[in-house]
Amino acid sequence: MPAISREEVARVAALARISLAEDELDHFASQLDSIVEAVRTVSEAAGGDVPATSHPIPLVNIYRPDVVHPSLTVEEALESAPAREANQFKVPQILGEEP
Amino acid sequence: MNRLTRLSAAEMVTLLDSREISSVELTQAHLDRIESVDGAIHAFLRTLPEVALAEAEAADAARASGEDLPELAGVPIAVKDVLATKGLTTTCGSKILRNWIPAYDATVVKKLREAHLPVLGKTNMDEFAMGSSTEHSAYGPTHNPWDLDRIPGGSGGGSAAAVGAFEAPLALGSDTGGSIRQPAAVTGTVGVKPTYGGVSRYGLVAMASSLDQVGPVARNVLDTALLHAVIGGHDPKDQTSLNDPVPPVVEAARLGLAGDVKGLRIGVVQELGGSGFQAGVMDRFQEALALLEGLGATVRQVSCPSFRYALGAYYLIMPSEASSNLARFDAMRYGIRVDPKAGPVTAESVMGATREAGFGPEVKRRIILGTYALSAGYYDAYYGSAQKVRTLIQRDFEAAWEQVDVLVSPTSPTTAFKLGEKLDDPLAMYLADVATIPVNLAGIPGISVPSGLAEDGLPAGFQALAPARADAFLYQVGGALEAALEDKWGGPLAAQALEIPTQSRVKEASNG
Repeated sequence: MPAISREEVARVAALARISLAEDELDHFASQLDSIVEAVRTVSEAAGGDVPATSHPIPLVNIYRPDVVHPSLTVEEALESAPAREANQFKVPQILGEEP
Repeated sequence: MNRLTRLSAAEMVTLLDSREISSVELTQAHLDRIESVDGAIHAFLRTLPEVALAEAEAADAARASGEDLPELAGVPIAVKDVLATKGLTTTCGSKILRNWIPAYDATVVKKLREAHLPVLGKTNMDEFAMGSSTEHSAYGPTHNPWDLDRIPGGSGGGSAAAVGAFEAPLALGSDTGGSIRQPAAVTGTVGVKPTYGGVSRYGLVAMASSLDQVGPVARNVLDTALLHAVIGGHDPKDQTSLNDPVPPVVEAARLGLAGDVKGLRIGVVQELGGSGFQAGVMDRFQEALALLEGLGATVRQVSCPSFRYALGAYYLIMPSEASSNLARFDAMRYGIRVDPKAGPVTAESVMGATREAGFGPEVKRRIILGTYALSAGYYDAYYGSAQKVRTLIQRDFEAAWEQVDVLVSPTSPTTAFKLGEKLDDPLAMYLADVATIPVNLAGIPGISVPSGLAEDGLPAGFQALAPARADAFLYQVGGALEAALEDKWGGPLAAQALEIPTQSRVKEASNG
């Protein structure tokens, strides 16, 4: 049994919001299968009593004074947008038809 | 070739200070060099002649007015296209950002401007810094100056090739798993990944936020240290920035160059050598060790048993973080937007179509792998285990620092491979980073310096690692090795490279 199936790749690609053509899906499925197979050894290395590390150098929360700093202007924030209307990002319909 | 481009950055500073040359002359000499060889090398995605010359004029004016200038003022530099440049196109090697013009400068770019370093252009890279060959750039690969049929390393192959081909004396890179050090190794140049948080990440397009680090690229150790001193230091805009002064890197480089490594304790990482490493790479590594020993350093073997799991942990943690970071490319706020070929046009379908068209195969692979590793049912086995391995690797380093001051290994297991050789074999490509990855997982600093030419006539790299915040050790060891080797070679390694055939650049379609 493969470590990751073609159906699984299709499901995960959809979660990641990447449309994939059929042939691309086949190609990725076999490549991802060998990658997953190679990396899954990590589970044998780490016993239950080993704490997880998420950040390389421990830091505590850093606070700054609660004062207003200049930020991007509305114009700057919008100037690279693919579409805009007035002072807003213009986006396609956000609710799809129920399947 | 104009003799000015052959100088080190430190030598350029001397000539600028004595007014023998101007920054405009120096910058123009590099622009001319780029014009004549970058058609063959393709280190640059975009050059910025007008911007660079205006900055050079400003540097000359500041110098003429007797202003107290930062040390590298007037020395031109190349910047990896992963760093935001205000008003100037920044693509990150991706189609999805082909039209992005940032509204702000990355902190390190701002520091370059404040220090009067003219920016020559933006350098090529694997898309979103994902790759070890620069072949995953959406704009075509960069070629190794030592052999145009070979890769310059990656992801920062553009920056390494630019300094290696004398198109720039200095460059900025970013290193998530080796993207500064591995290109340095295969192009015979020097690159440093500073301690995590030692250089600001603000304005660096994020791949894996707990691993990414901006760092300096140059042809020699002192120039690398001088650039490190310009870009390092605390930045309130980066939440993970260390609130420490920049380590004394320049002093350490000078100490090393004077041959002072007496009593320095060097540990050879047993797990990073031998099987899987090219014979010529190992030979040059052993010779380098002997030179350092001859200078009075002590050498011993050190075992880091968990390193065998580092590659696996890295290829789970990095894609996981990347899948989250790259979710920002949603076709709504910046970047390209592509409508679906069929079906309803919704935010979701537009996002899917845009990411299909805008991302290359390696980026898709990593996002899918990361999404998978983080998804319900797999999280503990993959991402959770990888984070535990990260702890084990940090413990290996902690144990090593009880015995030695620095750890060393070859930077990359092989010299530069042929373009196309590993392009569709991701696992083989990933192995190029086997020796550089543990550093990023632990957040410690690492340097790659040339160790000589391997049996195939191509450059090999020597890597040194130090505890977090002890970046200075890298420059001391690197400086000592460079001085000893150049003494043997009769000059810098780069001087042995063949002249690159002149091939003019293809004019860019657009320029920000």
